[in-house]
Amino acid sequence: MTQDMTTSDPDESDGTTASTSPDPGGFSEARTQTTQEGTSTAPTVVESRDLAVYYGDEQALQPTTMEIPEKQVTAIIGPSGCGKSTFLRSINRMNDLIDVARVEGELRFRGKNVYDEDVDPVALRRRIGMVFQKPNPFPKSIRENVAYGLNVQGKEVTDEAVETALRRAALWEEVEGKLDSSGLDLSGGQQQRLCIARAIAPDPEVILMDEPASALDPVATSQIEDLIEELARDYTVVIVTHNMQQAARISDKTAVFLTGGELVEFGETNRIFENPEHQRVEDYITGKFG
Amino acid sequence: MAAETRTDETDFGEVSRLKDRVFESVTLAAALFGIVTLAVLLVYVTVDAVGWLDWQFLTSPPHPLAEEAGIFPALVGSIVLMVLIALVTFPLGVGAAIYLEEYASDGRLTRFIQLNIANLAGVPSVVYGLLGLGLFVQLLSFGYGTLLVAAFTVSLLILPIVIIAAQEAIRSVPDSLRQASYGMGATKRQTIRNVVLPRSLPGIMTGTILALGRAIGETAPLIMIGVPTTVFGVPNGLFAKFSAMPMQIYTWSSYPDTAFQYGVVSAGVVTLLVVLLSINSIAILIRNKYQTERS
Repeated sequence: MTQDMTTSDPDESDGTTASTSPDPGGFSEARTQTTQEGTSTAPTVVESRDLAVYYGDEQALQPTTMEIPEKQVTAIIGPSGCGKSTFLRSINRMNDLIDVARVEGELRFRGKNVYDEDVDPVALRRRIGMVFQKPNPFPKSIRENVAYGLNVQGKEVTDEAVETALRRAALWEEVEGKLDSSGLDLSGGQQQRLCIARAIAPDPEVILMDEPASALDPVATSQIEDLIEELARDYTVVIVTHNMQQAARISDKTAVFLTGGELVEFGETNRIFENPEHQRVEDYITGKFG
Repeated sequence: MAAETRTDETDFGEVSRLKDRVFESVTLAAALFGIVTLAVLLVYVTVDAVGWLDWQFLTSPPHPLAEEAGIFPALVGSIVLMVLIALVTFPLGVGAAIYLEEYASDGRLTRFIQLNIANLAGVPSVVYGLLGLGLFVQLLSFGYGTLLVAAFTVSLLILPIVIIAAQEAIRSVPDSLRQASYGMGATKRQTIRNVVLPRSLPGIMTGTILALGRAIGETAPLIMIGVPTTVFGVPNGLFAKFSAMPMQIYTWSSYPDTAFQYGVVSAGVVTLLVVLLSINSIAILIRNKYQTERS
């Protein structure tokens, strides 16, 4: 029930998935993965192998195996309580902060299982940025918000670094000249872009986004979506969303989790939305899923 | 009202509000009881203090003659004592609260500590006085009725209150802010230092200052540890004998001279209350300042 999901892609060219060609020992080399079109290739950055998460006795995520390609947008969609956020938060070990959470299987980042004994979750999170559902800027100035990651990571804080991050987050023009005012004075959409600037300021390799636009109005949402596509030039973006249109618009790959914490289908976004393999996925995407 | 009495589609009937009004009056009476009592008390002592509470009273040492008696040494003693208590309780209280809220796992030991802190907050102050006498005066030989012993003893008394207030302030920091910090690769200490403490500081300070307000009015523990009833000079060191306002007022009230029993005691009470209310006002100002800044 769990192993056929990543190989569900009917395209034979996609033959380098984890379950068909295990690669013991050589994980540190990023393996290439042929896309649906068979032309462009992107190395795998994050890869889960039979990753399962439990909250106490309750299993929130069924064993999940998937590969997230570099510098692309990978969307994770599914109904409430389907384990999509749980999966996302297991990538940078944010689930560690929940006492009752327990993880089985492997989550590999650049080939290294991040749940190995010798991996420091704090060091891991310095390479994997995160943006949350509700905008959560610190009650500090805009400048201090952007500089936060640089500060805690012991990196030099320069005006250029702050400006670059704000420009990349498409917020610079709106906050230029008021960097010392509180981040809380911004509108909801601006706050979320501030949070994105904060996440990218220390230049992480991966940005995780947990429903980043769900608390925003349509205009702010569309700004965030444009921004995400822009960010994928430089960063690997993994975004959880319950908005299927959003996933269809901005992502290169889509993973569909369904009730029970099960990854049912994972593949090219276009194919998932146009020609899903599983009936349950089609029902969910077309809104029949209840 | 009920469906069967409805005569017309547009006649909604009426629901009696009598009990509502009676209930409202009862709750209003409950609310007024404390305030009115306090107001009467304030008026009485203020009236009695008129003519006695003046600059001479505030700046003079105690004197056998009521007209020349003053509260200066006790006033200074109380303020110095309060500063010392703040220096002891703030780091200890905040430290304990940080441990309990941010580090301790929700185990049996934590719940045991938590329960005991809550219980300690309710222990009568005279018991703390006894503890101070045994621990600081006799065991550690800090001397009878010295400033240091009093500071430690009253600190122990208000420490549980400070811890509980600090815990509540720390708990009220939204978890989303901690998550944001951890998500940036901050360590626990960095998160506490940069996010949790700045955000909870107003609440911690409000709680601490209100606890200090309680400390400044305490008399029983001071009697237990041998604080002198009357001193004529201000304390010149941690091991100096001193007096505090409640002690001095208590002493005056036992003088046979009625001028002391009414006039001087009332002047002392008003001084004590003014200091106390000023402290509470500062606490409220701090709280309001940060609350408006945050929202």
